[in-house]
Amino acid sequence: MEFHLIVPMKYVPDIEKVKFDTKTGRIDRSSAPGETNPFDLNALETAVQIKEKLGGTITVISMGPPQAEFCLRDALSRGADRAILLSDVKFAGADTLATSYTLACAIKKIGYFDLIICGEKTVDGDTGQVGPELAEHLGIPHVAYVSELREVSKDKIFVVCDMEDAYYLVEVRLPALITVTKDINTPRLPSLKAKLRARKAEIEIWSAEDLSGIGDVSRFGISGSPTSVYKVAFPEIGKKGCKILKGESAVEEIIGVLEKEGFL
Amino acid sequence: MRKHSDVVVFAEYHEDHFHPITFELLSKGREIADLLKTKLIGVLIGYNVKDKASELFHYGAQKVVVFDDKRLALFDVILYKHLLVNFLKKEKPELVLMGATRLGRSLAPRVAAALNTGLTADCIDIQVDAKGDIIQVRPAFTGNIIAYIKTRTRPVMATVRYRVFKAKKLNRYGKGEIVVKSVRLPENTGIKVLRKERAKRIRISDAEVIVACGRGLKRREDIEMIEELARLLGGIVGASRPLVDEGWISRDHQVGFSGNVVRPRLYIACGISGSPQHLAGMRNSKIIIAINIDPSAPIFKVADYGIVGDLYEIIPKLIEEIKRRRKTCG
Ligand SMILES: Cc1cc2nc3c(=O)[nH]c(=O)nc-3n(C[C@H](O)[C@H](O)[C@H](O)COP(=O)(O)OP(=O)(O)OC[C@H]3O[C@@H](n4cnc5c(N)ncnc54)[C@H](O)[C@@H]3O)c2cc1C
Ligand SMILES: Nc1ncnc2c1ncn2[C@@H]1O[C@H](COP(=O)(O)O)[C@@H](O)[C@H]1O
Repeated sequence: MEFHLIVPMKYVPDIEKVKFDTKTGRIDRSSAPGETNPFDLNALETAVQIKEKLGGTITVISMGPPQAEFCLRDALSRGADRAILLSDVKFAGADTLATSYTLACAIKKIGYFDLIICGEKTVDGDTGQVGPELAEHLGIPHVAYVSELREVSKDKIFVVCDMEDAYYLVEVRLPALITVTKDINTPRLPSLKAKLRARKAEIEIWSAEDLSGIGDVSRFGISGSPTSVYKVAFPEIGKKGCKILKGESAVEEIIGVLEKEGFL
Repeated sequence: MRKHSDVVVFAEYHEDHFHPITFELLSKGREIADLLKTKLIGVLIGYNVKDKASELFHYGAQKVVVFDDKRLALFDVILYKHLLVNFLKKEKPELVLMGATRLGRSLAPRVAAALNTGLTADCIDIQVDAKGDIIQVRPAFTGNIIAYIKTRTRPVMATVRYRVFKAKKLNRYGKGEIVVKSVRLPENTGIKVLRKERAKRIRISDAEVIVACGRGLKRREDIEMIEELARLLGGIVGASRPLVDEGWISRDHQVGFSGNVVRPRLYIACGISGSPQHLAGMRNSKIIIAINIDPSAPIFKVADYGIVGDLYEIIPKLIEEIKRRRKTCG
């Protein structure tokens, strides 16, 4: 069978523009245009490079609101062949366990795959949990924080992963899952032609109903999420009261601080 | 059936030493076990680790469960998961704490998914409320918000950020029970850790002093000036992401959301604007000094001291002044 790569991608708010209501603790997702989670573009680029070597197809999959179609179209213009959007109110409010479970059900429905490539984490959830959890649901090995792909063949890959103290070379049997850091590559920009083609491409939309034969519907969305956020606070930015120093005396004052705090 | 009760800490032992997060987790775990009136258990996985187990007693563990086998020398996530999942299924703890290190953040989610329980990533606090519920506190949205999270399944699982809790040696403890488990491992996990490619030259997350530079730096060679200041203060050089992307400095020096989270006693930011992604990695440093030519740079919002000015004037003066003092004193 031809080599099949799957890249799960998330539609996230632009973190520099998104507004937070500091009183209610709400995140106003409509305040900023969404974008593809930046690390997932590294994941997709990794898949495209593998496809260039081995041939095969790339399926991108995203669970999110209808607007997430944007990131799937973008992925199609960057070299993905098939796009699936998991969109249903029943998927909403999912934590990482429910998200990974839902993605696992969708991947089982897709059927055959060789390698799943996730981003290292998302800029909103920021957990890095969905990848390894997905691998566990599917019963396949995974390697997290992959910063280099050394070798790929049809039945195994050699990767370098960036751990706390060192980089390790790891051999992984396929099918498997890896999560990649931004250091693995620089995502290429899509061509205008590819963008136009992607605009007209079909995006499959799957609902909870479509996955009901495969998994337990009660494990989707809020009902399948053991963790819940019950309060949100905002880091006290600007409340620290920065002492601004200017002019000639600034250096002297800083030296004084360093001395007082025992750094000199 | 046994009720969920104990607090379990995963002791991260790798390449012949405990990751220091282990002792921080035990100290926090001890506090929580006291609040919940329950036991604190350490789990230690590795090769030739049996005689290391007793170290964990000094930080409040009452029992240490050890899995010792040659095949556990290097981190194979499937083997580690296999042992932990089986142990936790039998032990039924209330809470499991692991380090939010790269090892912990690779292993914990697999364990949580296998146990079908909730996991909270990268916590900066763990509390117990009046009802006895465990509350997990963590940053999200690239550090823009702090979320308070409860878990309705057991065990409650969390990974905890390095250097937010203090490791405390306790005289009260120091002795306990060591249980060496027989190890039965799956044959072929699909993973072979072949070798260490290269060790990192620096571990910026351990640094007490960091002098960091950003795009305010005009030339690659100018990093030498930052290095000199760092050396004089006994610290290491940090960098914002653009300098790493340019190839001016290696990624081990990068501070921020996609780099390293640091918590030094002193962080000097030179020519760094203070993007949310950069702040996410350093805002909890103890003392922050920012040098920036632009008085409206967001970095000043998290700084304790801000110098509005040209780093090319200020840093050489700082270096000169520190050297002068050293001479007169030395
Ligand atoms: C997914 C994602 C992850 C990211 N992760 C990280 C991360 O981990 N770490 C990170 O740092 N960034 C990260 N970024 C990038 C981040 O958004 C910013 O682009 C980056 O932090 C800006 O770096 P900077 O402050 O050095 O540069 P700039 O924003 O260009 O700021 C340069 C500053 O230098 C000042 N300056 C100029 N000349 C002088 C002078 N002579 N003297 C004094 N001051 C001067 C200017 O006033 C300005 O404030 C990430 C971005 C994304 C999208
Ligand atoms: N809703 C989602 N849809 C598709 N992929 C996702 C989703 N959430 C997370 N992922 C994948 O899992 C990775 C880690 O996400 P997280 O655990 O949220 O930090 C991301 O980089 C994506 O590859």
